[in-house]
Amino acid sequence: MTEPPLEHDRAHHLLRQMVRIRRFEEKAAQVYTEGKIRGFLHLYIGEEAVAVGVMENLREDDAVLSTYREHGHALARGVSARSIMAEMYGKVEGCSRGRGGSMHLFDADTRFYGGNAIVAGGLPLAVGLALADKMQGRDRVTVCFFGEGAVAEGEFHESLNLAELWRLPVLFLCENNLYAMGTAFERSEAEMDLCKKAQSYGVPAVAVDGMNVIEVDTAVRDAVAHVRSGRGPHFVEFHTYRFRAHSMFDAQLYRDKEEVEEWKKRGPILTFQRKMRELGLLDDAELEAMEAEIREEVEDAVEYADRGTLESTDDLTKYVYTEVSR
Amino acid sequence: MTQMVTTTYREAVKGGIVEALDRDERVFLMGEDVGKYGGCYGVSKGLYQTYGSERIRDTPLSESGFVGAGIGAALGGMRPIVEIMTVNFSLLALDQILNNAATILHMSGGQFNVPVVIRMATGAGRQLAAQHSHSLEGWYAHIPGLKVLTPATVADARGMLWTALEDPDPVLIFEHAALYNTQGEMPADAGPVEIHKAAVRREGSDVTVLTYGGSLHKCLAAAEQLDKEGTSVEVVDLRTLRPLDDETIFASVRKTHRAVIVDEGWRSGSISAEIMARIMETCFFELDAPVARVCAAEVPIPYAKHLEEFALPQPNTIVAAVRQVKGG
Repeated sequence: MTEPPLEHDRAHHLLRQMVRIRRFEEKAAQVYTEGKIRGFLHLYIGEEAVAVGVMENLREDDAVLSTYREHGHALARGVSARSIMAEMYGKVEGCSRGRGGSMHLFDADTRFYGGNAIVAGGLPLAVGLALADKMQGRDRVTVCFFGEGAVAEGEFHESLNLAELWRLPVLFLCENNLYAMGTAFERSEAEMDLCKKAQSYGVPAVAVDGMNVIEVDTAVRDAVAHVRSGRGPHFVEFHTYRFRAHSMFDAQLYRDKEEVEEWKKRGPILTFQRKMRELGLLDDAELEAMEAEIREEVEDAVEYADRGTLESTDDLTKYVYTEVSR
Repeated sequence: MTQMVTTTYREAVKGGIVEALDRDERVFLMGEDVGKYGGCYGVSKGLYQTYGSERIRDTPLSESGFVGAGIGAALGGMRPIVEIMTVNFSLLALDQILNNAATILHMSGGQFNVPVVIRMATGAGRQLAAQHSHSLEGWYAHIPGLKVLTPATVADARGMLWTALEDPDPVLIFEHAALYNTQGEMPADAGPVEIHKAAVRREGSDVTVLTYGGSLHKCLAAAEQLDKEGTSVEVVDLRTLRPLDDETIFASVRKTHRAVIVDEGWRSGSISAEIMARIMETCFFELDAPVARVCAAEVPIPYAKHLEEFALPQPNTIVAAVRQVKGG
């Protein structure tokens, strides 16, 4: 792992992406309380460095699979704030035409294969997408996000085994935020070293500080290089933490407020801003300008979603089968 | 006149796979023991040697993993044929089949279709007991987003596969395990067949028998027997359980005014119940008698030969049901 010196433009780009996710989700939580968004809303706040650091290393033709906590992944991948907000408003302008909602963002243009709300359900799909690339001789990479809760599912083990057995170009990205909904990591895993589990299938594995965007970026760059070179899958574990509740229905009885406050001190945006200031890469005026631009983007997304149209109920059964077929 | 050839169901399925492999380089076969072993029912014997380990791909015993990988490969532009040894094992992959294959097109607002074909053996009759003998195709037919095919003849065993592979959406093909060794006739140049129509396998005027898959031949045998006692039975092979061909079902019922449904699945909540409901909804005033059913007994299929046979629809129970519906 080598860390290039932090340059002004790159630092600003990384910070901007993280703040975009943060402000977008804060707004989503606000409009949720206003009743504009319903269903589940799983916020990524606290984990932004992972999405941003990962996406820096992908090409346009790579594929991304995600979980039900995927607003950050989608935004960092380039799915527009407008289409994500419209999706959560259940509008036809949404990235899944209002059929998916917060948990099921899909976008063909950016090869974003969805938020999957079955824990570990996306891993076999990632293996298959990578298999298709390998069989067709393409050097694309498929990345698959999942939480540490997914490691307890059989599909995690089946997928890592298959990917290594067939040497497939898939990058497994485990966001370990220490809680599978309300069940603490140490209360669900007999072996808490997740890299060991990946390595037991022969998959190279590395654990990194998921609160540090530079560390994420650097580790993922190496892992992507490994995968793209045809040497098979790679596993990365990110130590991270969600600052908000699991969903909007969660009273957080399972963790202490002090623990949350301690992790907030390590917040990815807070610490990165501090680092940028120390290096003289950020001043108050720049930050204010950035925040203003992002505020505008988020407000625009909300207005867009508000103005959006509800699909006609006549179209309810569209997309159950592809239209060209009978 | 078309030249006919005699073949086994097994060879017919294999012929369909070979045709698909030859016609489209995106097609590959994947599953447990499909390669070196030659397939647990011998369907793919020899294909590994001809097409190699990439296209005849042996998998670990990871149903959820490799079925999901088939779905992913289909999303990635391939045309996978995924083989699951038996329908009982498919339950290990039910999450992938229902929550991904059947759902992604709709959940993505039409952006991602899943052109995967999943084949599996189904049904009883081979003394394989309660974890290898069930008929769960009716369950799958409950799921929007899937198509469910049940080839009963060698021509359908041969020809449904290519049509399924050309379909942009997930298609499940259920091959009755008791059929693999059976022989039938099909045209020497048999090729792809359409998959949206039921077929009248025997014309008749007194009673309609609606069936599919492994029960078809039992129904034809029963019809033969009934013919001798003066009852003319029309046997309809449903062929596809989702979507059901209502038109052909209703046309036959409107002709005979009496119907018996023969289904190797359990009676409660079965595809036969669905068909009865549709007949009642649409043809109620055409009926001269209540619709009857012959289904599997509501037990896990037992091992002992006499018990297994007693648990399943048989020609004699089908004959009895037809007689009852006919009213003497």
